Order: sequence, then structure tokens, then C-alpha cells
Amino acid sequence: MNNEELKARLGELLPAAVFEEGAEWVTMVIDPAAWKEFARQIRRDPGLEADYLFCVTCVDWKTHLTMVYHLTSTVHRHTLVVKAKLDRNDPEIVTVSDIWRTAEFHEREAYDLFGVKFKDHPDLRRLFMTDDWKGWPLRKDYEDSVNMIKL
Amino acid sequence: MIEEIAISENGEMVVNLGPQHPSTHGVLHLVITLQGETIKKVEPHLGYIHRSIEKMCESLSYRQFIYVTSRMDYLSSHINNHGCALCVEKGMQIEVPPRAKVIRVLMDELTRLASHQLWWGAMAMDVGALTPFFYAFREREAINDIMEETCGARLTMNYMVPGGVMADLHPNFQKKVKAFISLFRSKIDEYDELVTGNIIFKSRMQGVGYLSREDAISYGCTGPTARASGLRCDMRKLAPYEVYGELQFEEPIATEGDCFARYRVRMQEMRQSLSIIEQLIDNIPEGEFQAKTKAVLKLPKGEFYSRVETARGEFGVYIVSEGGTTPYRIKFRSPGFSNLSALDHMARGHKIGDLVAIMGTLDLVIPDIDR
Repeated sequence: MNNEELKARLGELLPAAVFEEGAEWVTMVIDPAAWKEFARQIRRDPGLEADYLFCVTCVDWKTHLTMVYHLTSTVHRHTLVVKAKLDRNDPEIVTVSDIWRTAEFHEREAYDLFGVKFKDHPDLRRLFMTDDWKGWPLRKDYEDSVNMIKL
Repeated sequence: MIEEIAISENGEMVVNLGPQHPSTHGVLHLVITLQGETIKKVEPHLGYIHRSIEKMCESLSYRQFIYVTSRMDYLSSHINNHGCALCVEKGMQIEVPPRAKVIRVLMDELTRLASHQLWWGAMAMDVGALTPFFYAFREREAINDIMEETCGARLTMNYMVPGGVMADLHPNFQKKVKAFISLFRSKIDEYDELVTGNIIFKSRMQGVGYLSREDAISYGCTGPTARASGLRCDMRKLAPYEVYGELQFEEPIATEGDCFARYRVRMQEMRQSLSIIEQLIDNIPEGEFQAKTKAVLKLPKGEFYSRVETARGEFGVYIVSEGGTTPYRIKFRSPGFSNLSALDHMARGHKIGDLVAIMGTLDLVIPDIDR
């Protein structure tokens, strides 16, 4: 499917989604509460079949956090990007590791570096930092006088 | 955390493999739950070489951050740099001159060959054959010499810049690469004679570590690991960049999904890389090796994603820019991260010796995973 058809089909599945303009791939912002059901639909829908999740990122925008999921379909060879805005003081979103197994490690990384909690994740603990590390290192307000050098 | 190494009531034992271990190819700590010698669960513990590269890049300029990625997957350092340079060029709409494109592809394919040679030697050593290690490094020396003459370094060649390459090719480059091609053509058949047909090697590799196509897609596996399970995922074919669209080469695919299939896919990839280098080495166009760019680069506000095919799989660079001279957020999608997540699934029910064989064919480079 090309970008226009993709937008039309995704808009049918989730009318409340907001599409961003000017990006290379179809980019949409959804409500975090709608993510699990939407994820199931884009995985199963015969026209979309987004079966390959290739990048899970979190971006700290100082007022809120945004989770960004990059998906592609190995059948139809189209790519789409799904974003969800989270509350910075209590960032929570449902896990998709039962739909795409690769999300298990990627979500652990997002938890470790940003503090995003993933509901129903099978094994949510820190990945890179030691188990007793305090704080969320990749956030913009992270202070660490021992390990960080401010230029 | 493991409190004690003891045998539990149902006979299960927990042991550590790594982080200091010759077979883990880096500092990978695996916590293995064993029943006798059969593996029940493998749990990777990461972070021993986590250098917070993504956070560091937030305070480096767009010209500087490229070279930190050489230290991530140090065996495909050119290709990592290439991916970063492509992302910056995409953001700033820089047009790369044709000579630079061909030089970049030549360097990429030489790096891929060097990486696969090291993989072959190290993997054969893991399963017990010591001789291939020396053979692989002997050929790899030829590539390192070529790199040293042109780029100035043997492992982390900081050669790519946004807009092209840092310096022009050394006058000896063409002659040396041609000599290398004719040398390696005969050597790769020697590699096959030495290892591929060996009955001990085959029985260690065949039927071990099966990964089905659906699992490869679900775990996000990429590169030769996924190609051996029947998934077409070569970025050079799916989203051709530089001059890959005009070259004749194949994407080796296997369907068995076991260790021997991954091994065969990489051997065929080496031959394909050799063929790509042959097609290009006599046809390097004249002209500029670098596009004219400003000294200080500023990407416009927005998000940019570029994908390249390293020796391990798809490497993605995701830049979120707020219009300044440093990136706001960079994410490096490394191929080893997703390939490693499939290790537990592949290794259950096998013995420890099989685990070493599986890790060898996954071709993990831990700094790539930890960043």
C-alpha cells in the first residue's frame, strides 16, 4: 500500500488518531489507552499485516514523554510509525511483547533509561544499568555528578 | 541476581557463562539454568560495556557523533558510519557526488568481507577447530592494509563524512584491491574445503538452534540470522542506497533455519561481496570525493531515519532534531539487540556445546548491543 491508502486504512481502524504531515513514512499519534487493541488490529488486518517491529524509542520532550514504534510489513513492504504521548510523572503504557516478541527487550530498555512502565510485561527490570541504580539516565533532567561531565 | 549456585530440588542448576569467556565474543553474561547438561533457560545480562552513547551524542555535533558509532559494531565500522552520514544527508538534503558513492560502497563491502572472515575464524575456533582462525586473520590482514593506506586506521576507520568521504583514495588502492580479489577467490574455496565439508563440523551445526520464519519476524531478527530462516530482509535490496540499485548481486536465502544454514548464508554473502567489489573496482567515476557543506551542520526540525545493511543485519539511525547544532535524541537500532533476544528461544533443550555453536552463528558483537 502506498502512503495515502495506508493513511485511509489506519484512519478507518482508529478514527481518533492524528496524522503528522511531512514525514517520510505515515506517522500517527494515538492515545496510549487504545494501543493494545490497535496493535492487535494492525498485526492481523490482511491489508496491513505489520508483523515486523523494528524500532521502539522513547523521546523526552520535557513536558511529556513520547513512545515511538516503527513497524513494517514483510508481506506488503510498507512502513508506519506510531507515537503515543505519556504523562511525565507517571509514564505508563501497555506492553506489546505478546504481539511482537522483540518488544520484550526494547521495552526493558525504555524502562531502564526513561522509567516508562509497561503493564503486563513478563519481566520488567533494568537492562543496562545495575539493578540498584537510581534515576532514569536518558531523561533530560537526569543529574549525576559522579558519572556525567557538564561542559 | 544469583544468590547461590546450588542444585535445587528438581535437579536444576544455575551457572554463569561470561562475562569473561572466550566464546561470548565480548562481555556477554549469560545466566543458564541447566537440568543435567540440558539448557532450560538462557537469560542474557547486558550492560557491561554500556557507554551511554545515545546520551553522549546529544552533546556532540552532527560531524562528531558519526565516529562514536565506529566503536559500537567495530567490525562493521564503515557501515555504521555510513548509516549515520546518510541520516544527516537525508535531513539536510545533501547530494553526494558519484565518486564518493562508489568509494563508500567499496569500503562497505570490504568491511563486510573482513567482518565475515573474522566471524568464520572465531566461530570455527568456538566449536573446536583452531586452524581456520589463523587462515581468516591472514586474509583479513590484506584488507586491513588496504584500509590503513587509504583511511589511516585498521579497525575504527573514521572515513565517512556527511557529503562523502574524508579523503580521496590512495593511488595504490585499485591495484591492491584487485590483487586481494584474485587472492581471496582461491582462498574462499580453501575455506570450504577446510571447514564446510568436515563431518564433525556438520554434526555440530546441522539441526541445532532452529529458528522458524515466524519467530524470526516476531523477534525482529535481521541479517544472515533471519535470511537463514527464509526471510528476505537485505536493506541493500529492499531500500537501495548509494549505488546498490545498479549492481548485480543476490541475497542468499536458506530455509532450514539451523546453525548450518546461517553458516552457509554467510559464506555465500562473502562471495557476493567479492562480486560487488569486482563490478565496481574498474568503474570508479572521477570527480569530487566530498560535497561542499558548511563547517557547522544544522539539521532542520523533524525526525529522520536511515537504514543500512551491516554485516550483522539492519542498522537504523533515528535522529530527532530541534533545529540546533546537536541532535535532540538519537536512537541506534542495532541488529545484535534483536538477534540476541531470540537466543533463549533457540537454545532451550540443547546442550551447552550447542549454545556455543548457536552464539557463534548469531555473530554477536556485544558493544553493538549495549551501546
